[in-house]
Amino acid sequence: MENANFLYDLFGKNIITIIIVICLPLVFVLVYALIAILAELKISAWIQERLGPMRTGPWGILQPIAEVVKLLQKEDITPTNASKLLYNLAPFIIFTGAYAAFAVIPFSQYFVPSGINLGLFYVFAIGSISAIGLVMGGWASNNKYSLMGAMRSVGQLISYEIPAAMAILSIVVLSSSMNMQVINQAQTGWFWNWYLFGGPGTIAKIWVIPFTMVLCLIYFISSLAETNRVPFDIPEGESELVAGFHTEYSGMKWAMFFFAEYANMFVVAAILTTIFLGGWNSPFNTFMQGPIWGSFWFVAKACSIVIVQIWIRWTLPRFRVDQLMYVGWKVLLPISFICFMAISLFVMLK
Amino acid sequence: MIQYIKNIWAGISSSLIGMKITFMHLFVKKVTIQYPDKRFPVPLNARNRLFVEMNRCTGCTSCARACPVKCIDIETVKVVADDPQQEMLQSGLKRKLWLARFDIDFAKCCFCGLCTDACPTDAIKHSTEYEYSVYNVKDLLYKFQTLTPVQVKEKELMLAEFQAKEKANKASAGTKATDNKDTDEKTEKE
Repeated sequence: MENANFLYDLFGKNIITIIIVICLPLVFVLVYALIAILAELKISAWIQERLGPMRTGPWGILQPIAEVVKLLQKEDITPTNASKLLYNLAPFIIFTGAYAAFAVIPFSQYFVPSGINLGLFYVFAIGSISAIGLVMGGWASNNKYSLMGAMRSVGQLISYEIPAAMAILSIVVLSSSMNMQVINQAQTGWFWNWYLFGGPGTIAKIWVIPFTMVLCLIYFISSLAETNRVPFDIPEGESELVAGFHTEYSGMKWAMFFFAEYANMFVVAAILTTIFLGGWNSPFNTFMQGPIWGSFWFVAKACSIVIVQIWIRWTLPRFRVDQLMYVGWKVLLPISFICFMAISLFVMLK
Repeated sequence: MIQYIKNIWAGISSSLIGMKITFMHLFVKKVTIQYPDKRFPVPLNARNRLFVEMNRCTGCTSCARACPVKCIDIETVKVVADDPQQEMLQSGLKRKLWLARFDIDFAKCCFCGLCTDACPTDAIKHSTEYEYSVYNVKDLLYKFQTLTPVQVKEKELMLAEFQAKEKANKASAGTKATDNKDTDEKTEKE
């Protein structure tokens, strides 16, 4: 994987192609966010036996565009006693954190914006930037609800990053690489080569299959917590904290938070896809396998995980803070350690 | 330890049961009625906007007196015997009172239905009409009278003439006990 980017191969590595490579995921995120908002509206409505938006365009498919136009027109309020610089900076830092993770996401065999060897490490490090943004926004708002939301979100992010990191590390041990492209390539072939099913290998891998499946579940649960989605949305619990850390935000700055949440949802779904579900690999060996089909498979897998996230949001109620800590520290963490040990042992003895 | 594993299992299994339930609800027939396109059928005994059949109304003002929020405003003028315009009520009787005014203020109306119970001739009734919102609250004052303002003036004048004539007749008939008669007439007028 010398050059994992078809644009560099086609046009050479100059400033214009670099800018295009930087902007391509942004275009994707913008389109994806609109579709995800519509999916959220529609799925929530259908689960509650409503129809959802029906007036804007056929079956309401233009609703997200209408919402964006509405948000653009809204008044942008900065509270008098807020810390102006931090308050205005926070939404952009959160979005930067969410978007920076796209740098290493392998969309296809021949397209990854930056195929660095420490891909997974980078994603994990950059993911913590959003926590800084949350605290910044919550603190600078000079509002007790915002501050409480920010505090809760930090407590939550710190507790749930550890099981997520253990899940990722186990796969790193199995694949012996942190490069997301290499991890994807290792899973080429039939779907039983995915790390969800123990990765490629002989029949002996049957011993790690239960552990990888449990780790996949652990990573999924932790990723829900990291993106502040229900049932882990206590940082913005409407019934207790008005809206949590973004209580004081309005207009486009609020939209940036919203946008970052959806971008983050895709990032965690993309990581889950890459490390457990084979990334851009077709589930059926060479059938529909290729660079363009690769992007199709990748986006399809990631989006179905996003849909599961939405589905869970409209199924489960919110955790209490103590329940959240119980699940994080007493359930996910020990189990992920056990799985990590078991997988390490397997790799050592193999 | 056993309790711990049981708790984890309960958490996972109950989440899955919940997800199954919500998944099934995705495909259930939706309850939403697309309102301006489709309407919920209103039952015939629904209490919506009032309607007054003016050729049934005798002008007894029972409805106005029954109304708890005083949203019905009625003014009547007696029909003079030699009025060229005589009207028959729905019941076949002669109209005895012209309705100079019959206003219902739907901004005040609470749709209790007491006026329909009080009406002796079933003139005032609830219709099934419920979409009558307006931009100006004054537009909710519905006028049901059939007479034009000019006609009302005419009728009032006629009644005044008639009463004056009667008064003159009575005055000429007996000069005794005029004081009593005066007071009687005053109460009548009121």
